[in-house]
Amino acid sequence: MLEEKLIVAGFGGQGVMLMGQILSYAATHEDRNTVWIPSYGPETRGGTANCQVTISDERINSPVVSEPDSLVVMNHPSLAKFENKLKSGGSLFINSSLVEQDGIRDDVDLYPVDANKIALDIGNLKVANMVMLGAYIAVTDLFDKEAIFKVFDELFTGRKEALVALNRKALEAGMDAVSA
Amino acid sequence: MSKVLMKGNEAMALAAIKGGADAFFGYPITPQNELPEYLSHHMPANDRVFVQAESEVAAINMVYGAGGAGARVLTSSSSPGIALKQEGISYLAGSEIPCVIINVMRGGPGLGGIQPSQSDYNQITRGGGNGDYKVLSFAPENLQEAVDLIKESFPLADHYRNPVMVAVDGLLGQMMEPITLEETEKTQAAGKKEWAADGGYGERGYRNRIASLYLDPYKLEEHNLKLKGKYDEMREKEQRYEMIETEDADIVFVAYGTMARVARNAVQMLREEGVKVGMIRPISLFPFPKKAFEALPERTHSLITLEMSLGQMHQDVQIINNGRYKLDFFGRTGGVVPEPEEIVEHVRAALKEDA
Amino acid sequence: MNTKTVYRPQAGLTEREYHYCPGCTHGIIHNLVGEVLKERGLIESSVGVASVGCSVMAYEYFDCDMHQAAHGRAPAVATGIKRVRPESTVFTYQGDGDLASIGLAEAVHAAHRGENITIIFVNNAIYGMTGGQMAPTTLLGQQTTTSPHGREKAQAGEPLRVCELLSNVPGATYLERVSVHDPKHVRKAKKALQKAFDIQSGKQGFTLIEFISTCPINWGMEPKDSLDWAVENMIPYYPLGVYKDMTKEDDDA
Repeated sequence: MLEEKLIVAGFGGQGVMLMGQILSYAATHEDRNTVWIPSYGPETRGGTANCQVTISDERINSPVVSEPDSLVVMNHPSLAKFENKLKSGGSLFINSSLVEQDGIRDDVDLYPVDANKIALDIGNLKVANMVMLGAYIAVTDLFDKEAIFKVFDELFTGRKEALVALNRKALEAGMDAVSA
Repeated sequence: MSKVLMKGNEAMALAAIKGGADAFFGYPITPQNELPEYLSHHMPANDRVFVQAESEVAAINMVYGAGGAGARVLTSSSSPGIALKQEGISYLAGSEIPCVIINVMRGGPGLGGIQPSQSDYNQITRGGGNGDYKVLSFAPENLQEAVDLIKESFPLADHYRNPVMVAVDGLLGQMMEPITLEETEKTQAAGKKEWAADGGYGERGYRNRIASLYLDPYKLEEHNLKLKGKYDEMREKEQRYEMIETEDADIVFVAYGTMARVARNAVQMLREEGVKVGMIRPISLFPFPKKAFEALPERTHSLITLEMSLGQMHQDVQIINNGRYKLDFFGRTGGVVPEPEEIVEHVRAALKEDA
Repeated sequence: MNTKTVYRPQAGLTEREYHYCPGCTHGIIHNLVGEVLKERGLIESSVGVASVGCSVMAYEYFDCDMHQAAHGRAPAVATGIKRVRPESTVFTYQGDGDLASIGLAEAVHAAHRGENITIIFVNNAIYGMTGGQMAPTTLLGQQTTTSPHGREKAQAGEPLRVCELLSNVPGATYLERVSVHDPKHVRKAKKALQKAFDIQSGKQGFTLIEFISTCPINWGMEPKDSLDWAVENMIPYYPLGVYKDMTKEDDDA
């Protein structure tokens, strides 16, 4: 039986909401149960943002993730906010371009990903979230990359179609970053 | 049919279109804005009416006009906005105009906050407006149940010629969950409403009037008794609830909406510790599901009401209880969604006290 | 046997007897609205919206489908009706307390959206139904039950002019203020109503006709004196005439 609880956190504008949603879309395609909830506040840009994702083969009751199995942090304030929530033995993905590694708990599996740099090398800082997503699926083995590509194809249509190739590249680069 | 992942507010908006809403009138308020946003595009695209009104007060009165003219009408808002609409809801009930109202609840009183809450229970079930009236109201716990209830609410509103409210807390509005939305034929067409004042006098041969004014007290009393007859029919036919692991329960939670989901986890956790806990989950708020309590086993000795408020539904539990069970309450307020552990801890503490 | 007609129902109205006080001009205004709708062949497809105030019972008098609205909300109710039944002729019938006080937002925004409805606005400078309290339209110095020493500017502001106010709202198509104090003005008022309903039939947008009206009971005057008072006091402050006519500009264009 699978049950994965995840928190994704970062600055508003870093695409943390989208990253979590993509996982829920992929789960829906596979007919798994999933719930995505956002933190929401009066500010829509610039503040800290986070979303909580649950994916399960069982019925999902409480939608609130109080003790995540995995935590993805895109900036340092988010580490401070959520580090202690992560369950012991859980997976911690950090955007090491922006997050200090010193002093992080040692009872979790740490996956530093230089996501901003990798994204810039690909050609667009905005896909740092997809780099992290790639690292996340590679480590957790929740979805193969084709499952995520399928979501890209659905989300990026019309004028956004050009983004498909870029996001695929970012996802693959993120997978490579943790497989070395 | 395969499932699609949708945000709660958008899913509810789509459900209203599928349910045959001819018109939407609303006013922006967090956390329900994705609902009118979605409809502003999809209602006109489906040849339906969308108007962003100048206020909640105007919106509910547009609902009154359009509903009185025979259309299937929807409005949506959140707690303080629902408070503003209450006068109109009283007029709708008094004039026997059907409509569907979606309430995505946030914390109060006053401007309160924008985080999820269940503190509208009183203004939903007690009639926030003046007069002896009731609003048929449902409180789903997940998006599938929400969309199903919204679709069903339009024919129910027509049947009772009364407003129907679907109330969710802000979390359900903001969350995403997979849902299925079955296609229906031009979505359960309402049919001609013979009572509607729609400018069809010429065709009909008689004049229709929409009004709630009865200056003769005996006439008004007669009218109120007629309305009561409908509410009694609702009490008989529309009590909806789910009984969760109550067969052998010593302690029974009473919770709805998101709180019921949290409580489901607490039921599991307590059962793992050997505490026999079950839950009554009201789905209809009015009528309050009295029948659920009649179906509890002999061994049940305690009821614990759980709410994201300071105990509004708990008053109905007290009324139903009539001295039979030991009663207890746990709630969080202000927009705080509790964790299952808090409920478990509350029960443990209560058991310790009893021992 | 010779028969002589001593009574016939007015065109466009039911046979229900008015509850209006003797000398009140609501009766004349009702007759005019009913007559115009009937003559234009619109009455059977019309939907009227009664308001709260003396005209609360108007839904009993107009011989068409009617809604009774909450205080001030008639333009919102009319919006709801018109949007779902665009082929019907939709009008509201509102007094000055209803429209210019509690319902000002609804009136302004219906105009602002350019709703294709007609508002019949009856201004008698007082709250009649509730017993003669001060209205936003009560004249300076005018005594009412809540301005016992006469309306004072410092305390209650100056009377609100609705046509002038709405003439600044871009969405309004046609605004005219008329009076029914003598036959000549009654004929003129009828023309204004014809124009308004023709504009609605032509789907040209928002129209409002303001009627200077009287309230002999609450003004404490004989009916004839109250007509004179309206001419001498109200019309100078509320001048008659067309305040906006976008159809004219359309013609010019």
